[in-house]
Amino acid sequence: MAAAVELVEIDSLTDRLEQTWNTPKTLYGALSTVDHKTIGKRYLATAFVFLLLGGAQAGAIRAQLARPNSHLLSPEAYDQLFSMHGTTMIFWYASPILSGFSNYLVPLMIGARDMAFPRLNAFSYWTFLLSGLFIYTSALTGAIPHGGWFAYVPYTNAQYSPGANMDFYALALLFLTISTTAGAINFIVTILKMRCPGMSVSRMPLFMWSTLTTSVAIVFAMPALTAALVFLEFDRRFGTHFYDPVRGGAPLLWQHLFWVFGHPWVYIVVLPATGMASMIIPTFCRRPIVGHVYVALATVSTGIFGFGVWAHHMFATGMPALSTTFFSAASMSVSIPSGIQIFAWLATIWAARRHVLATPMLFMLGFICLFVIGGVSGVMTASVPFDWQVTDTYFIVAHLHYVLVGINLFPVLAGFYFWLPKMTGRMLDERLGRWNFWVLFVGVNLTFFPMHAVGLRGMPRRVYTYPSGMGWDWLNMAESIGAAVTVIGILLFVINVLRSRKFGAVAPSNPWGAATLEWATSSPPAEYNFVVIPIVGGREPLWERHDALLGPTADTDLAPVNSVQLATWRVLDDGKETLESTLLDADPQAALHMPQNSLWPLVLALCLTGLVSACLVGAPSWTVIAALSTCAAVGGWLWPKASTLPPSRIVA
Amino acid sequence: MMTAPHLPGVALQIRQVYDRNPSVFQPVGPHSKAIATLGWTLIVAATVVFIVVMTLLLLPIWKRRHASVEDGPPAPVSETAWLLYAGTLAPAAILAGVFVLTLGAYHAARPSGTGGLTIEVVGHQWWWEVRYPDEHILTANEIHIPVGREVRVVLTSADVIHSFWVPNLAGKTDLIPGTTNIAWIEADTSGTWRGTCAEYCGMQHAHMALTVVAELPGDFNRWTEAQRGVSAAPTDSATLDGEAAFLSSQCVYCHTVRGTQASGRIGPDLTHIGSRLTIASGMLANTRGNLGGWIENPDQLKPGTKMPAVPLGAGQLEAIITYLESLK
Amino acid sequence: MSTFAFEHPRDGVLREGARGRTSRPKTTGWWGMVWLCATEAMLFASFLGAYFFLRGNIDAFAAEGGRYVPLTLPAIMTVVLLSSSATAWWAERGIERGDSVRLRIGLGVTMLLGLAFLSLQAVEYSHRDSSWTTSAYDSLFITITGFHGAHVAAGLLMNAYVQLRAWLGHFDDEHHAAVSNVLLYWHFVDGVWVLLFAVLYLSPRLF
Ligand code: HEA
Ligand code: HEA
Ligand code: CUA
Ligand SMILES: [Cu+2]
Repeated sequence: MAAAVELVEIDSLTDRLEQTWNTPKTLYGALSTVDHKTIGKRYLATAFVFLLLGGAQAGAIRAQLARPNSHLLSPEAYDQLFSMHGTTMIFWYASPILSGFSNYLVPLMIGARDMAFPRLNAFSYWTFLLSGLFIYTSALTGAIPHGGWFAYVPYTNAQYSPGANMDFYALALLFLTISTTAGAINFIVTILKMRCPGMSVSRMPLFMWSTLTTSVAIVFAMPALTAALVFLEFDRRFGTHFYDPVRGGAPLLWQHLFWVFGHPWVYIVVLPATGMASMIIPTFCRRPIVGHVYVALATVSTGIFGFGVWAHHMFATGMPALSTTFFSAASMSVSIPSGIQIFAWLATIWAARRHVLATPMLFMLGFICLFVIGGVSGVMTASVPFDWQVTDTYFIVAHLHYVLVGINLFPVLAGFYFWLPKMTGRMLDERLGRWNFWVLFVGVNLTFFPMHAVGLRGMPRRVYTYPSGMGWDWLNMAESIGAAVTVIGILLFVINVLRSRKFGAVAPSNPWGAATLEWATSSPPAEYNFVVIPIVGGREPLWERHDALLGPTADTDLAPVNSVQLATWRVLDDGKETLESTLLDADPQAALHMPQNSLWPLVLALCLTGLVSACLVGAPSWTVIAALSTCAAVGGWLWPKASTLPPSRIVA
Repeated sequence: MMTAPHLPGVALQIRQVYDRNPSVFQPVGPHSKAIATLGWTLIVAATVVFIVVMTLLLLPIWKRRHASVEDGPPAPVSETAWLLYAGTLAPAAILAGVFVLTLGAYHAARPSGTGGLTIEVVGHQWWWEVRYPDEHILTANEIHIPVGREVRVVLTSADVIHSFWVPNLAGKTDLIPGTTNIAWIEADTSGTWRGTCAEYCGMQHAHMALTVVAELPGDFNRWTEAQRGVSAAPTDSATLDGEAAFLSSQCVYCHTVRGTQASGRIGPDLTHIGSRLTIASGMLANTRGNLGGWIENPDQLKPGTKMPAVPLGAGQLEAIITYLESLK
Repeated sequence: MSTFAFEHPRDGVLREGARGRTSRPKTTGWWGMVWLCATEAMLFASFLGAYFFLRGNIDAFAAEGGRYVPLTLPAIMTVVLLSSSATAWWAERGIERGDSVRLRIGLGVTMLLGLAFLSLQAVEYSHRDSSWTTSAYDSLFITITGFHGAHVAAGLLMNAYVQLRAWLGHFDDEHHAAVSNVLLYWHFVDGVWVLLFAVLYLSPRLF
């Protein structure tokens, strides 16, 4: 016996979907779109620009440090540069770029037509963009944040940092946390509730596991930062005493709150990237990953253990011996799940009959190499006495770049070479890609490997200049040359992308012969992603060749068919619809009505911008006005359109 | 010779003041030696792990480099599952070993003993106030310790967080307002080493260095004797002029020279400035030229420093330098 | 016929499931609200973490943090807020049975109780002999309770929103997702208060 079955004319069906899902190519369309693919691409582009900005700042840093006692930059300028560099890279590049990939890929990989909350998704993007613009307007006022990316008090309180510098930092970050949290909740609900039939939890692509883990980690880690920043602003603005040792507060309170957030955060900015590795490496090994379940478990446990190691950033603060050694042990054990992931990739490579060394795979091999270097240097610093020597030196700067560049930037570039054809319909150039990889790989190692040595030779971090003859001179020169090479590497990538727009070979729907659902759509996919809701029979649907399950997607290698019989719940063409399914088994549950394009997300984001700006200049009346308009915007957003009543209809 | 901009007299070389590079791997005390040994062990272990993983990564790719077309089904997982198990157990074992070594070094580098000499160090933006409570000594930016004796350094801060670090002697300990931390340093051989502030503390964090001089007990006692007292009152006219110029200048609002009316507490104590190896908290060697350049325009050498350029009449600067140099 | 006549093995089960289902599936909106509450809970957890960190490490704070705070008013506030949870529950059960009158009454009473709570909090503040800039303890106490008050206020705004829709007759036994989500948030805010009450008011008397 079967569920309600319809006879569907594929051509007319695609026409109907075309009409209901299409976003007009007008200004209104651009500002109001809620399409996860557009939003994902915007995330990627914006975050990449922040990478360029942060990189440009890094270039200035390296120019200053190339030689001892150099006077290119004033101390203020230098402090602002490294603070903005770190803050930009960590908060406005490393995490948003991964949100970009997740935004674009999650619905496609789970066979859905959009995210669970499309308007919230648009809102996340606008707040991300506007918070970034907000912190960069500090450049116009000259009051640029100068407290480093973790802004330790008391240096950052009103007494030692008068001026708006740290207010920009605190308010911009508070603003950004809204975006990040909203995005995370969106991913969680999407992945839990919108997977296509057949995609039970055990069949979820590993990228879903890493995105899910990351999003849950965000939900639980972000508030600690919010609390820390709220306390900081209150201390700065209203003279409260959270961090004031004289009145019963404590500077260490900031450090605990910040790192309770901060360490989970460093996994937040790598787990999705490791998830990409678990998608890309098997593709070029032409086989399913070895130890799928292990990797999923390792991902989740990394996310969990990540909450138990924060104090390893505070070994020199004179904590009691017991807690110190506890956090040391915890930090070491967190590397076991990372090891499991690495060895799962190794096992996959071993079990492969052949390896396709295309550019994405090259970047993945480079990523494993850098991951291990950055990882083991992390384990070294987890050894307390050794950390007493290397903490706050360039050894740490080396560690953090090997992990951040290695486990974030390299997988991100691999991801671009891998998925950009899907997004743009154009292949990137392979030869240029190889050059891109090798130049970047050499440049990055030349920049960051000597930093281990220079740190062990006693060079502290965050110094705007250093004396000659201490054994640091030529190493710093090498690093600066490496930075120049790195910049060339990045430029090669930019060139490759730009030229592909015109000259890039047209991308087929599945250029790499990959296994997951996003490759069952055309390149680029139609606005509605899938003509009918696909059904998957395993973890690698496209390798199991049950095309019947996938349905007549815009271009599979099936003979085009005009009229087919399908269960009602697979067609979903009554307005903007997609399928809601059960938590674990992904059984069809209800047809979700997706909201139309809307300006409210942008309006609300602008109201919030007004709110933080009013707080910054400290104008009570404006703050009240902005707050009220924010509430009004929320109301306007939530007010139901007649069309969306009743909210949902049960299937079958 | 490396000179500061527009300050011909000033020589920025500071390295020759010290006996060694401030390197973690040039330890001269038991604590730093324990950590250096741990460090080398960790580096070896890390290198081994790296080589093993890279071999496991590149070997199969190299072996199958000629494999061309999709040939046959991929190998069954069971063939490579061993990698997963090995990759879980081996690291666990290595890490257990590393942790044991860590505990060992921890106790070697952080003795909880109380005896020995006590020094109080107070961090300021951007200089170090140094007190010897038992010897009744007050000085700045320079610490003298007796060779072979464990020294207890009591750390507090007057403003923001700083971190006390003498790589050749020991790891870092933070100076945190409202908190008192203890660091332990001990030198096996006599010599002069560079210490530095390791926690970002503002514009001149880069120039917040200090000097540690380890001396044989005899020399150390002689030093403490000298520091306790005041330096001999000037006799020759040049120095007397200098003293007069100094005492009539604004310098006295911030600096103390014991035995005179100069009793400011904002800046470093200058009672024995002439005997110190460096000025401007380890930025410059203590030479006539450097003293002159520093007093004339502190803010050009150390933008943001709290020390103002005080207006001095013709010849006064020279005289003051002579006087300061006489304060042995 | 083309391959697409394919039968997914679950199709049958599916329909049964849909038919035999007694309680409606939780909407995605409800799941979103659950995770919003989770992250909000972590915010208050961070606040209370700060409280215990300072109380455990800073003597000056411990002296005040261990100070007895008068209990009667907060106790009354607790009762008020908890009863508002009860009325909210009563209202929701009402609309699940399609009784929209009961929904409106329930929401209205809940709102009144919420307002009562806020006014009592105002009274409590006015009785404090210190301002929030007196000491770290005062800063933290006011910030935590103030943030909670703000959450209550937010809950009241949401309440007003669904009440408006209730009067416009947007809801019936099948369609009242907005009500469930708003009231879920309300229950959460009440739960947080119980925690704050236990930590800020009771714990000093216990340890
Ligand atoms: C991308 C983000 C990222 C990642 C993934 C990591 C991963 C790790 N980090 Fe890192 N860390 C940072 C980002 C990151 N870190 C940043 C930004 C800072 C500086 C913040 C600042 O001060 O500005 C920092 C600082 C930092 C410190 C503080 C140093 C100091 O300031 O004094 C410590 C101390 O324990 C540490 C430890 C670790 C450990 C143990 C891991 C582990 O997770 C690593 C695990 C991985 C491996 C170990 C490699 C793979 C495993 C194998 C191949 C198996 C075999 C391995 C062994 C047997 C060892 N990190
Ligand atoms: C993802 C994170 C990330 C990335 C990718 C990088 C990339 C780089 N970083 Fe960064 N770095 C951090 C995160 C990151 N860093 C953090 C968190 C800190 C700590 C900050 C703190 O202490 O508070 C830090 C600190 C830091 C320091 C220490 C400063 C100090 O302690 O005094 C240095 C010094 O060399 C440095 C250098 C570099 C270099 C050379 C690169 C290169 O890889 C950059 C390569 C270049 C590009 C990626 C862009 C290419 C540029 C162009 C094409 C120019 C054209 C564009 C425009 C004109 C807009 N970084
Ligand atoms: Cu003091 Cu850095
Ligand atoms: Cu960490």
